[in-house]
Amino acid sequence: MEYFLQNLINALQWGSFYAVISIGYSMVYGVLMLFNFAHGDIFMVGTYIGFGIATLFLALFMPILPGWVIFIMVIIVTMFLASFVGVMVEVIGYRPLRGAPRASAAITGLMIGIIFETGNLILLGAQRFSFPALIESVSYNVGGVYFTNVKVLIIVVSLVLMAALHTFIQKTKWGMAMRAMSYDFKAVPLMGVSINIIAPLTFAIGAGLASVAGILYGQAYPVLDPYMGILVGWKAFVAAILGGRGSIMGAALAGYLLGFIEIFVAMVFPSTFRDLIAYSIILIILTFRPRGFFGMAHSTQLRL
Amino acid sequence: MNFIKNFFRKFSVVPLAGWLLGVFAAVLIEFYLGEDVISYYLYLPKVPVLFGALVMLKEPILIPSVLAYDLLVYVIPILLVARLTAPLTNGLAAFLENMPLWLATLLHLIAFYGVLHLWAGINDYRVLVVKLTMIAVILTVSLNIINGYQGEFSCSHPGFMALGAYASSVLTLKLFANDKVFGAALLPPEYGPYLFPLILIAGGLVAALGSLVVAIPSFRTRGDYLAIISLAFLFIVKSAIENMELVGGPRGLSSQPNFASMPVVFIWMSLCIWVIHNFTTSVMGKALNTVRDNEGAASSMTVNTRKTKMTAFMFGAFWAGVAGGLFAHVLRYVNPSTFGIQKLAEILAMVYFGGLNSIYGSIVGAVSINVLGEALRPLELWKWIIIPLILILVMIYRPHGLISFTEINVEKLLRARNRDNDTGGE
Repeated sequence: MEYFLQNLINALQWGSFYAVISIGYSMVYGVLMLFNFAHGDIFMVGTYIGFGIATLFLALFMPILPGWVIFIMVIIVTMFLASFVGVMVEVIGYRPLRGAPRASAAITGLMIGIIFETGNLILLGAQRFSFPALIESVSYNVGGVYFTNVKVLIIVVSLVLMAALHTFIQKTKWGMAMRAMSYDFKAVPLMGVSINIIAPLTFAIGAGLASVAGILYGQAYPVLDPYMGILVGWKAFVAAILGGRGSIMGAALAGYLLGFIEIFVAMVFPSTFRDLIAYSIILIILTFRPRGFFGMAHSTQLRL
Repeated sequence: MNFIKNFFRKFSVVPLAGWLLGVFAAVLIEFYLGEDVISYYLYLPKVPVLFGALVMLKEPILIPSVLAYDLLVYVIPILLVARLTAPLTNGLAAFLENMPLWLATLLHLIAFYGVLHLWAGINDYRVLVVKLTMIAVILTVSLNIINGYQGEFSCSHPGFMALGAYASSVLTLKLFANDKVFGAALLPPEYGPYLFPLILIAGGLVAALGSLVVAIPSFRTRGDYLAIISLAFLFIVKSAIENMELVGGPRGLSSQPNFASMPVVFIWMSLCIWVIHNFTTSVMGKALNTVRDNEGAASSMTVNTRKTKMTAFMFGAFWAGVAGGLFAHVLRYVNPSTFGIQKLAEILAMVYFGGLNSIYGSIVGAVSINVLGEALRPLELWKWIIIPLILILVMIYRPHGLISFTEINVEKLLRARNRDNDTGGE
């Protein structure tokens, strides 16, 4: 039982990364009907920005301010900066392709991702950076289950972010515009809501969330490398599909589900079987429920 | 402007056979004079490998020499010989027109292979580049069946390739090689080159069987969900191979016998292009297009959509498996991490760069991306900035790819060019 609870916490932590990142995929899908394949690498860039800001702020404010204040400041500043990366990707990469086949946009996304990875290697070299610890790690032991405050923090911050996003989408005017856009992206621009404002906003929010996921990831697994976005990004993409296209709640739930599957497979089988079994489960789910958990049934006309 | 127009008009009378003859002359010059005479007097350390692209990027001081070399060895002889022999080659082309088309095509292919062999024979690097490019052509053309003609977004091509590569590697290692894992050779190695085609076909069949995993869900879904199913298939194949100790796990398989020589790869590539061209112009190939454009309408017009989808996937996967088998025997080493997301991005880039729904485009895409990748190698990392940028520009200005929805017309390609009715409306 303790072993199970122990893994449950690990799975929640691991699933949090997937959930927060896959929301970015899902939101872009909802508004523009295309998957932003560069999102995994936006996550990587966000992590590096977070690393830079964290190092800077730790050097500037370390003795003056308590750790959690610095942590919140790092998150806010990084989100702000990373959102510009998202807007840039939209304006340069996707806007010229609005009317193009969706597969062309997918290729562009892949290529932007490669440019980010290589650009990072050129700028920073092949050395591995280590993300500084913003919060001092403290272990707790409750009834035989060990966990650290960092793990709890990761789970709580992710949940708070998702709740904030939900409120934003449901309660604000901007959120309403985004929902309307995902309902009908042809008619809504005629009603005076410009897609050239809503689309960058969506990319900005997705990139901001991904950068926070990056900071949290850096707290749990401090080693950074330019290709870190590939694996996490593609898995989050799978989670976004599994949850149902354009469904934010579905993406979050599927992200957690993917985290659970991966951790619990590693608990029972040798850990090299993790991908094999996780993807087999996904393949079976999608074979029998092709539209994911919360996705709309789609017409046969729609294709990449 | 007018000058350029006139210049090109002068060469519009040269048939394909003439260009082949010109290239043959250039290659002969390079073969006999390239190393000792021309390179020597131009202060080049050795014959420039890929038209000097590598040397130019490494040592910019040699750029004038390299350009002079290209001009002397390639441009001037090709243009001169092609133009001067045009009456002769036009006669030849007219003579070949009266022959059956397959014979004329075959003769052109043999001539083309001869020139290619001579050109590549100058050093081993060229041989490797040519072989890998031809394999990339097979991969690209076969993915174009699924992504272009059938209109899905399949991400599992490296997975099919891995299945073919491993199946054929295991067979050759088991049958023809004294291997530590697979034991002594079951058959004398002399039989190897003759049985190699069968082994490649077996590899292709394994890949085609594997493709059922993606093809059957495609009955009910398409678009994004099928993309994910195929992506999951890719990860499953890769992960399964990593966990199979019999085939070396993550370390991979090595020391496959050297069966994939250049003529073998060339014959398979020509065969692949020919078969796929015939397939896409057949009734079944047209059915693929109808399923892509409107599945419901196709179904009501008596197209069996399930059979069509299954055929497309199995056929594409078969050729990907063959390409994988050739790939394994060219490099003589495979490991699972070769067949990952990077490979996928590479193949997709070639297909969408060249153009959807076009075999011609696929050949152009595969050759240009491959040769560009090799030529820009000295730039190291910058190569991976330049190639994606080119692709993004192509996607923005030609969203369907460079040459999409165009078919090769072999008859038109091979015919003589000196007749009046061939110059268009003039």
